[in-house]
Amino acid sequence: MRRLIIRRLLQTIPMIFFVSLVCFALVKAAPGDPVKTFLPPNIHQADIERIRHNLGLDQPAYVQYAKWLKESLSGNLGYSLVNHMPVTKQILDRLPATAGLMGAAIALAVLLAIPLGLAAGSNRNKWVDKLVNLFAYIGISVPLFWLAILFVYFFSIKMHWLPSLGMHTIGKKGAIDVIKHGILPCSVLAISFLSSYVRYIRSGTISQLKEDYVQIQYAFGSGKRTILFRHVMKHVLLPIITLLGMSMGELVTGAIVTETVFSWPGIGSLGMTAVRGLDYPVILGITLFSSLLLIIGNLLADILYGFADPRIKTTR
Amino acid sequence: MTEQLLTVDNLRVSFHTRAGENQAVRSVSFRVGAGDTLGIVGESGSGKSVTAKAIMDLIAAPGEVLGGEIRFRGESLRGLPQKKWRQLRGNRIAMVFQDPMTSLNPVKTIGYQIAEVLRRHKGLGKEAALKESVNMLRKVGINEPERRVHQYPHEFSGGMRQRVMIAMALSCDPELLIADEPTTALDVTIQAQLLDLLTQLKQQSDTAIVLITHDLGVVAKVCTRVVVMYAGMVMEEGTVEDIFYRTGHPYTQGLLRSLPQRGGANRERLVPIEGSPPDLIDPEPGCPFRERCPYAFEKCGELPPMLETEGDGHRSLCWLLEGGKRTLAQALEERGEAAR
Amino acid sequence: MNRSKWRNVGAELMANKAGIVAILVLVVFALAAAFAFLSSKDPNEMNVMEKLRHPGAAHWFGTDDYGRDYFARALYGGRVSLTVGFLAMILSTGIGVTIGVISGYFGGLIDSLLMRFVEIIMSIPSFLILLLLSIYLKPSIGNLIVIISLLMWMNISRIVRAETMSLKEREYVLYAKASGQSSFGIIGRHILPNLVSVIIVSATNNVASAIMMESSLSFLGFGVQAPNATWGSMLNGAQGLMFSSPYLAIFPGLLIFLTVLSFNVLGDILRVGFEPKLGKR
Repeated sequence: MRRLIIRRLLQTIPMIFFVSLVCFALVKAAPGDPVKTFLPPNIHQADIERIRHNLGLDQPAYVQYAKWLKESLSGNLGYSLVNHMPVTKQILDRLPATAGLMGAAIALAVLLAIPLGLAAGSNRNKWVDKLVNLFAYIGISVPLFWLAILFVYFFSIKMHWLPSLGMHTIGKKGAIDVIKHGILPCSVLAISFLSSYVRYIRSGTISQLKEDYVQIQYAFGSGKRTILFRHVMKHVLLPIITLLGMSMGELVTGAIVTETVFSWPGIGSLGMTAVRGLDYPVILGITLFSSLLLIIGNLLADILYGFADPRIKTTR
Repeated sequence: MTEQLLTVDNLRVSFHTRAGENQAVRSVSFRVGAGDTLGIVGESGSGKSVTAKAIMDLIAAPGEVLGGEIRFRGESLRGLPQKKWRQLRGNRIAMVFQDPMTSLNPVKTIGYQIAEVLRRHKGLGKEAALKESVNMLRKVGINEPERRVHQYPHEFSGGMRQRVMIAMALSCDPELLIADEPTTALDVTIQAQLLDLLTQLKQQSDTAIVLITHDLGVVAKVCTRVVVMYAGMVMEEGTVEDIFYRTGHPYTQGLLRSLPQRGGANRERLVPIEGSPPDLIDPEPGCPFRERCPYAFEKCGELPPMLETEGDGHRSLCWLLEGGKRTLAQALEERGEAAR
Repeated sequence: MNRSKWRNVGAELMANKAGIVAILVLVVFALAAAFAFLSSKDPNEMNVMEKLRHPGAAHWFGTDDYGRDYFARALYGGRVSLTVGFLAMILSTGIGVTIGVISGYFGGLIDSLLMRFVEIIMSIPSFLILLLLSIYLKPSIGNLIVIISLLMWMNISRIVRAETMSLKEREYVLYAKASGQSSFGIIGRHILPNLVSVIIVSATNNVASAIMMESSLSFLGFGVQAPNATWGSMLNGAQGLMFSSPYLAIFPGLLIFLTVLSFNVLGDILRVGFEPKLGKR
């Protein structure tokens, strides 16, 4: 187990290095001159050169990369070209909104997916299964932005039950107001996570129930419920750890579309604004940040999985 | 005659497949007395495992028990409610399966899995059940049971896992143990050890055993009575001596001839049975073995009844034995035929 | 890939009502997209007098805020979405299968390098790359197909690699090797034919993902440029008109949904059909 952890940690370091390289290259590959874009058109060539020099843009790419990497590792992701604010601060400012939204959506999805998936998988072709399966199919096939628009139309415009834009009502404060604003975007995201989790749990349950040891449990007098909860559930829940690890990366990007529709002030809409404004430092910062989250999420998931699964835990 | 523990009469089991109804078991009858060790012998596809599963009511769709009667201590098991079944299985009737590698839940400790059976059927508390599990492990010859009870299945070898399964099966001191090819998946040396273990445990308790195997050698070693199955039917039943020395059915004869003999004295050539078993989807009427039988004659187009054969309670499904209690060899001699 | 396997897939499809419906939906959509020019309406023709008409006999799906016939736009939009989805599937499957087979068959250093590369690409959230690339390359249909393909081949290459690794250990492949067949001969004769079922299943799901990506991009305004329509960009336009004309948001979304749903259903049925051991639904 310890060797597994060390090996995984060692794998992560070159991964982070290469991912940062790709991120940097992506931004470097951007067409157009980032300096000219943000300067008045009538400026002197000499001034442009001076600014380029000040920004270090006249140096070879690998020097720029080394500098950028060094700064990034110390937590400085540079400054926005548009509003000149530090990128790190902008990301951290927006993080709570996104993390709260995604965290709530994922938690809701997991909590619902476990009972639904188990119920469907263990009652194959019965009505529960058919209903859950139908729901999951719809969930993985429906475009999230369309679902978001429909929700806005129905719950906000038609019924006036819930607010559809932003995170606060102007002039109002407090948690209840935020929660009210969060319900719609959270539900949209939860539906998308839920339907993929449910499919995993359902098919996991179905395949586990076909295992020999389950048949043998019947031969020892176990009832269906005992088998499901005492024997099958653990197998089925293990892969959820991996799924959660992968969701860490989506913490940021998974919300881009949803945050945009609902004007939710999170990292997703920050990224969207940056992309529209060609604000490369911000784009680069967000890409790097979400890649790191994904890598760390996968790392944590692997290690946790190792602790939870005795087959891995007891091998050295 | 001893008191009958288990009686199976005219059991019929089919599997509904796309190609049609596969009649895996058609009319199987036998009985097991208290304390008996009955061997059910047959090649793969003869319906022996299906019979075992049917006794335990473990036939799941697309399989279906179509008819017959199964009685345990005189009480009918057919149509018993699931609640009653759960009290019976693992408690009064237990079963050991073929592949020990997949028989145990890989994410639960050995101790948990044995203790679960004890807690369910004997109402033991957590501590007591675990203690009893350690005892059972010791009984089936596992070293350091106090330590190993906390280990997981993958930390045990195949032979050791099968010992665990036997411990689990015997933990509630069942009246009947059904062992479905318990040694087939294991190395030959381990097979012998496990069979010794079963015989030894058998002597310590009065548990009756139904041992399902394709290996007549195993039967000779462990069993007292034998049922020979072929194509979903019983071909011959009798004591081990009946089967080996007073053989009544040509199929049994074929099986015996394909068995390597120990010792040099009667080192015969191994004779395989020519041909292959019949298709059980829409089987033709008549004796199922007649296509492969060297002595088949016109009458075999009709299904023979179980006929008395030389020996007490020894019966065979063969027209050659019509008209008097005798062995296959005697019957052939009468007809002036040599054994082929 | 033997004939009985195909027959099994056919039987599975025919036995499954959802499968028949899915095929019907896709055939109808494909025909509609292919013969969109038969429609008498021009999808880009504006008519201020006719703007924001509700669905009716004259305009089946109504008209948008420029008075353009929404049905005609949906027809041509479907053409873009289906073309992008289909061609991106072909391209990404091509890349994925090539890399997967090479990685799985030759193993060793090539395999480690390729798989590390896949891991790195997969560690960067793909939607961000999608956005970045669609800014760099002017979003023509061709560029969209390339960009989406570049983000989709990794999964299929992993599946193909794993499958190739197990196939190359089979007796008949070892025999072919022993009898001196060239690597490419073995791949062509023994490996690829056995990969067909895996590839078809992944490819079907890839069409669904490609259509979803294209419509998300277009919805955010980075897809095919105005005035040309795609289902995603139509939804983008509809978003601001929810108060007066909710129907504008209904139709394009419903079309994306039905298309993606059909491909997903089809993919699952194919999976079960090709691998009956997975059990029937």
